[in-house]
Amino acid sequence: MSGAEKRDLLLTGLLLCLLMLGVWWAQTHLNAYLIRIFNTACIYVVAATAYNLVNGITGQFSLGPNGFMAIGGYTVALLMLPMTQKQEVYFLQPLMWPFNAFSFPPSLFLLALLLGGLLAALVAILIGVPTLRLRGDYLAIATFGFGEIIIVLANNFIPLTNGALGIKGIPEYTNLWWTVGWAFWTVFVLKNLVNSSFGRALKAIREDEVAAEAMGINLFRHKLLAFALSGFFAGVAGGLFVTLISTVSPTLFTFTMTFNLLIIIVLGGLGSLTGSTITAVLFAFLQEGLREVEAPHTIGSWTFPGIPGMRMVVFSVILVILMIFYRRGLFGRWELSWQEVLNLLHRGKKTHGKS
Amino acid sequence: MMNWTTFFQQLMNGISVGSLYALLAIGYTLVYGILGLINFAHSDVFMLGTYFAFFLIGVFMLPWWLSVIIGMGLCALVGMTIERVAYRPLRNAPRISALITAVGVSFFIENLGLVTVGARPKGFPRPELMKNVYFIAGARIQGVTFWVPLFSIAILLVLFYLVYRTKMGMAMRAVSKDMETTRLMGVNVDRIILYTFALGSALAGIGGVLWACKYPQINPLMGTFPGWKAFTAAVVGGIGNVVGAMIGGFIIGLAEIMIVAFFPNLTGYRDAFVFALLIVFLLVKPSGVMGETLKEKV
Amino acid sequence: MESRNSRILYLENLTIAFGGLLAVNDFSLEIFQGDLVGLIGPNGAGKTTVFNLISGQYLPTRGKVWFDGREITGLLPDKITALGIARTFQNIRLFGDLSVLENVLVSFHVRTRSSFLSSMFSLPRFWQEEKQIREEASFLLEAVGLKDMASERARSLPYGQQRRLEIARALATHPKLLLLDEPAAGMNPQETQELMEFIQRIRRDFNLTIFLIEHDMKVVMGICERITVMDFGMKIAEGTPEEVRNDPRVIEAYLGVETR
Repeated sequence: MSGAEKRDLLLTGLLLCLLMLGVWWAQTHLNAYLIRIFNTACIYVVAATAYNLVNGITGQFSLGPNGFMAIGGYTVALLMLPMTQKQEVYFLQPLMWPFNAFSFPPSLFLLALLLGGLLAALVAILIGVPTLRLRGDYLAIATFGFGEIIIVLANNFIPLTNGALGIKGIPEYTNLWWTVGWAFWTVFVLKNLVNSSFGRALKAIREDEVAAEAMGINLFRHKLLAFALSGFFAGVAGGLFVTLISTVSPTLFTFTMTFNLLIIIVLGGLGSLTGSTITAVLFAFLQEGLREVEAPHTIGSWTFPGIPGMRMVVFSVILVILMIFYRRGLFGRWELSWQEVLNLLHRGKKTHGKS
Repeated sequence: MMNWTTFFQQLMNGISVGSLYALLAIGYTLVYGILGLINFAHSDVFMLGTYFAFFLIGVFMLPWWLSVIIGMGLCALVGMTIERVAYRPLRNAPRISALITAVGVSFFIENLGLVTVGARPKGFPRPELMKNVYFIAGARIQGVTFWVPLFSIAILLVLFYLVYRTKMGMAMRAVSKDMETTRLMGVNVDRIILYTFALGSALAGIGGVLWACKYPQINPLMGTFPGWKAFTAAVVGGIGNVVGAMIGGFIIGLAEIMIVAFFPNLTGYRDAFVFALLIVFLLVKPSGVMGETLKEKV
Repeated sequence: MESRNSRILYLENLTIAFGGLLAVNDFSLEIFQGDLVGLIGPNGAGKTTVFNLISGQYLPTRGKVWFDGREITGLLPDKITALGIARTFQNIRLFGDLSVLENVLVSFHVRTRSSFLSSMFSLPRFWQEEKQIREEASFLLEAVGLKDMASERARSLPYGQQRRLEIARALATHPKLLLLDEPAAGMNPQETQELMEFIQRIRRDFNLTIFLIEHDMKVVMGICERITVMDFGMKIAEGTPEEVRNDPRVIEAYLGVETR
């Protein structure tokens, strides 16, 4: 490893320590409301950067990440739900085997998340094998279709998912340590991947499939790997989410979730993991902030009635405007690297020195 | 087990629903044929058609037939506006960008609807014609099951005439075959595209009204599933092909009703079946029943 | 001189039909290791289609393609590249948004050994290989005179340099056979001269066999040892530049077209 690479790894380690310190501080000093938003933000980071891997880096337009999040979410829910809850919740039809036979103790939370991610990745492979051969818009439709099918299954396959009622009483294991931790590892892994030979191959596929294939890149295998990896992290994000809000139901993972992720990666810049990370956090805060718009306000003797659903109107307008005028989003395809950070600091020092 | 009467009822039902899917599918197929764009917002124009009629009848007290006609006109306007504002700027952009925009527009209309009229379903005022009950061949058939396909087929015939027997229609078909060449021949392509959107949207509008006659509960999200089924119909029939869309509509409508009739405990999965069918066609025969396969030039 | 070298490429009665049109019709050809062969013919004769058949973009309706003694008909393009055939495209197909260096680095992917996992976790094995391929990529860029442009966006390069980048990219796949589709297109006389020398140099230095399509007769007549002539999808003549130049069928096919 050269000097630059060692330095980068060191800096990344430093960042991790800083983050851990930050989490420790936040746990004791921030109110629950803010912590909840940060948790949500980190979960969005995991889901959005993984989504960007497929749509932005590889240029394959998938509209189905909500389905993978659902798979991860339900898997974790079914694994972690205590046995007593399982009896209570599944009153319409009893929970099917094998989930009615056991339940994970809290110490196996990580395993549950990994299994949720793995299952989502497996389903991604199953879905990817037929659909990744399709071109552009057809791939979008097919992945959308699969996402919808998963939701229909969640709504109807009552012995497994408890249908539209969903599952309540999932223990709330997720906290800042988990979410920040996963956000960090997701971005770390994906960044390394994107900067590697494999990442170059994915970008080549995005730029020109025919040329990429002619340069020796097996299109199908690379697309499938990216798709599966993306599915894995989406599944983990789903698992983190259900253990954050302690419930899961089909309405959590409808196409609206995909839409949210879409806005995040378009705003951040299709192809920029840095961008998605930043806009994921931004989006989480924006969602909360706009919730204020939806609630009724009283100023003096004037009462402004709340407009529920205004959030989504705002978001859809943002998306359309972005696509028409700022298709590159905030960061385009630019990635922040440690080299860039050091350059910025160096430049800052220089001007300070002069004045 | 099913007897002849029930079967006949369900058959009529299937044709009825199928004709509505056909009306809706044509909008999808026309736009895809010309722009290569899947107009996600089309299902929302369908929904708007019902609400326009609803308000024209309820608030302005206009007679039913007049409300519907004005509603169709309004839908045509909405369709043209969407094209002009959201799709035309992206005419030369990668198709995915236009697709994302279409998703955005669709979400916008749906949520605007939720914000303005609320999520609670409203009852659509059906005309007397549709509410009557007839007895045909021993089966009890509602007027709507009867009149809807009749109206739809009449409209489809008019459409067929417009697309295949008029100059505008020929221009539309020319643009969908080769936009550049048509432009070079002096045809105002932008106007043709506007016309296409207007036509498709008007059809969606009347389709929505007829749908509301059959299923009188309307809400801002009512277009979603019929939209996808209609899109599937367009793909099954051969995307880009108007006759294909019509045929596809009937296929999907009949299939849906028959599956539910024969396997009533699978009703919940009905929508999944349609998506599964869509995916199968995309994988196996994307050109549909009537379409042609194209090879990509390297 | 007659070479006793092995036959590296054998096109056996290749035919491909698009709808009713026979773009390539019963086309056969042999190329031996180390040859520099040209393929010429009027526009639309089917030359690029032949290339597409060799490199796997198209599947022939009839006929076979043999490379280095092995049948490669029907293999996917990436597999064919892995076996040792590289190509450039008539309409430049660079990875526009990637840098010049990255464009070349992509081609090394087919030969990299380090796994998916070692890239994800930034393991030393990945970095070692990365260092190696960057060195070789720089070397290739230097060979085509693009070393200074390494971090430029490929899309921003002028046309002539883009063509050279395409060649560098193809060379990076370590091919045995190099297919060049109109490498001199859009070049001025001086660039063309440099290209001719370059092609001969890389054949020597990289131990290549080169098969090229060209319209520029100076290039074809200047460097090709053998020339095959196509028209309407069929081979109409074959031989040394002298033989082809004087062949009445070739002259007829090119009637009205000036040769430089």
